[in-house]
Amino acid sequence: MKTFAMGGVHPEENKISTSAAIEEFPLPKTAVILMTQHLGAPATPCVAKGDKVKVGQLIGKAEAFMCANIHSPFSGTVAKIDTCKDAFGLAKPAIYINIDGDEWEENIDRTPDIKRECTLEPKEIVDKLKEKGVVGLGGATFPTHIKYSIAPDKKAEYLIINAVECEPYLTSDHRVMMEHAEEICIGVSILRKALGVPNAYIGIENNKPEPIAVMKAMAAKFEGIIVEPLKVKYPQGAEKQLINAITGRRVPSGKLPIDVGCVVSNVGTSYAVYEAVQKNKPLIENILTVTGKKLEVQHNYHVRFGVTYSDIIAHAMGNLPETTGKVISGGPMMGKAVSNLDGPTTKGASSVLVIDQSEAVRATESNCIRCGKCMNACPMGLEPYLFSALVKNRRIEEAGQHNILDCIECGCCFFSCPANKPLLDEIRLGKNLYRGILMAKKK
Amino acid sequence: MKLLNVSGSPHVHSDESTKKIMWRVNLALVPTFIVAIAFFGLNALLISLVSVASCVLFQWLIEKFILKTPSTICDGSAVVTGLLLAFNVPATREMVLLVIIAALVAIGVGKMSFGGLGKNPFNPALVGRVFMLISFPVQMTTWPKPGENLFSMVSTPTSDATTGATPLGLIKENGVQAAGQVWDYFIGNIGGSLGEVSALAILIGAIYLLCRRIITWHIPVSFIGTAFIFSGILWLCDKTVFLDPVSTILTGGIMLGACFMATDMVTSPMTKAGQLIFGFGCGLLTIIIRNWGNYPEGVSFAILLMNAVTPLLNRWFKPKRFAN
Repeated sequence: MKTFAMGGVHPEENKISTSAAIEEFPLPKTAVILMTQHLGAPATPCVAKGDKVKVGQLIGKAEAFMCANIHSPFSGTVAKIDTCKDAFGLAKPAIYINIDGDEWEENIDRTPDIKRECTLEPKEIVDKLKEKGVVGLGGATFPTHIKYSIAPDKKAEYLIINAVECEPYLTSDHRVMMEHAEEICIGVSILRKALGVPNAYIGIENNKPEPIAVMKAMAAKFEGIIVEPLKVKYPQGAEKQLINAITGRRVPSGKLPIDVGCVVSNVGTSYAVYEAVQKNKPLIENILTVTGKKLEVQHNYHVRFGVTYSDIIAHAMGNLPETTGKVISGGPMMGKAVSNLDGPTTKGASSVLVIDQSEAVRATESNCIRCGKCMNACPMGLEPYLFSALVKNRRIEEAGQHNILDCIECGCCFFSCPANKPLLDEIRLGKNLYRGILMAKKK
Repeated sequence: MKLLNVSGSPHVHSDESTKKIMWRVNLALVPTFIVAIAFFGLNALLISLVSVASCVLFQWLIEKFILKTPSTICDGSAVVTGLLLAFNVPATREMVLLVIIAALVAIGVGKMSFGGLGKNPFNPALVGRVFMLISFPVQMTTWPKPGENLFSMVSTPTSDATTGATPLGLIKENGVQAAGQVWDYFIGNIGGSLGEVSALAILIGAIYLLCRRIITWHIPVSFIGTAFIFSGILWLCDKTVFLDPVSTILTGGIMLGACFMATDMVTSPMTKAGQLIFGFGCGLLTIIIRNWGNYPEGVSFAILLMNAVTPLLNRWFKPKRFAN
């Protein structure tokens, strides 16, 4: 069974919410729509205070190159346009909406019928994705239309669909495959057409036998979709590792997947692509796992962006359990700890993970014993222990020469360190300092 | 409102710790310890206890009164040093007290002077042993015969004086004709330091460490392999002068050194390639010292010399980058 070439770890899987079917999340009374829900520049608000908006109406326009449109996930009135502290405490431009009813734009097909035929040309598909504000839902929220606009000197050979879900706890990809396999395959076919590649490969780790079976059965009805079960190993869902696992190719340092002929999209994104292209529905909602070892009930919700984390917690469990120590948006390996529960969810949100106090505090750091576990765990073949020492001593350029920028921040080093050294914290600092040095050199 | 923790990812940990690693190494040393008691009796037990107790005590004292840092004696590393140190001395009654000096040098000079566990360039137990070998050459090369004076509480002058030599010592003096039976060498029915006599017990511990992934095969195999091949070549050249390769690797400290001393994480290289070179160097130097040096045994010196090269090996042998 295929997997990536080097490093990797096996965190406890804890996929306790796999059997929870996707539920519709109820509409809140107010919502805050951030204008930066994607990688790149913020969108520009194109509504004014007091305007009536409908579900699916464009409210944030992408003006910069690296940007994505933002549509209103709710109907109601624009209360104000201001900054809002996001879930991680950073002030972002935002549109506040007082919700009133649930009135949708007329051109959105809300029927449950599955629309299979797509007559659009590749260029039209990409334009549609741009118009509907589709971004990558695997975590990085890279605007999808940019990814699928292939430069003339590059050629795509493989389309890879990331259904690995290697992060512990998360089950949103698992559920979407179980419940929307056909839509996903149609979405994949559309993306395949947009790229003009013969085959699309859906990578799924083999700890998900049910989705593998469902997707295999469905893919058999489509042309050029191959389901590829993969050996369980974290971080298989990292773009470079997944490309390596499926094609054997390696993205060189500082290059993009397209430089080795690959385009990778998340399985959730292909569902969003289906909805955008076939149903004319902009990206306004996503599937979010609400899970934690101490929660009585596990959930997978269909949540519209702009609902706050506290709304989700209140609906899912009333109050956080007494012994909660940390709330994470995303998985426990790469997710971000939420510091402001009143912050809104965004396009990139994939889970609300409630971690118990007993697991929320780091153990005391001790001396490095040069066991080399960090190095052996690193999927990029780097030397985390060395970065840690170099960054502490501010020998940033040396860290740069040892390829610190290749780090994908998967966290395998810190995860496996017996001395509990905060290796990734130090590496992140080093990467930022080194980027600063490179920028200064350019000037 | 209740406050939540915030920190950078990852938010989970493998639960691996230095403490676990060190106590597993201690566990791996248990078979060797049992064999030592079986062959050398009360002396072996006393030396080990005194050695471990003094290593732990010295570390605690140094941390409390000199470094003024939180105590790390619970991490088990001082116990590892204490056991290995005891395993590297002869099981004579004199050693019970002398080992205290060895422990002071091992912990004080070998480890704490550099900043404690993880910062020492040389294997602390070997620093202690080599110090003793140079300072107390007579006591360090007086070997009791295994199975004699097992539990006599009285240390008579004769009980130690009439002891036999190690196989390597005999061969050094009397030539290869003095070599004994390979089976005795394997189970450890020979003279020698406390913990080095039984290859069998050492291998059991080493297999446990391999299964626990605390050590990898690279250093032991390249160390023992190099010693085997190099001594084999010499033996083929002249069987009347050189010891055969099987006896070579089963006698002296090669087994203990290759499985427990050279594999010390702190003082050995981190990449597989570096580890292979490290083991090769240890094996080569051991055979050179044994055959052409003044001492009958050279494992400690070989490992210490290679410890000195470790930072260089870490610099030369980088892990293979994914993206290049």
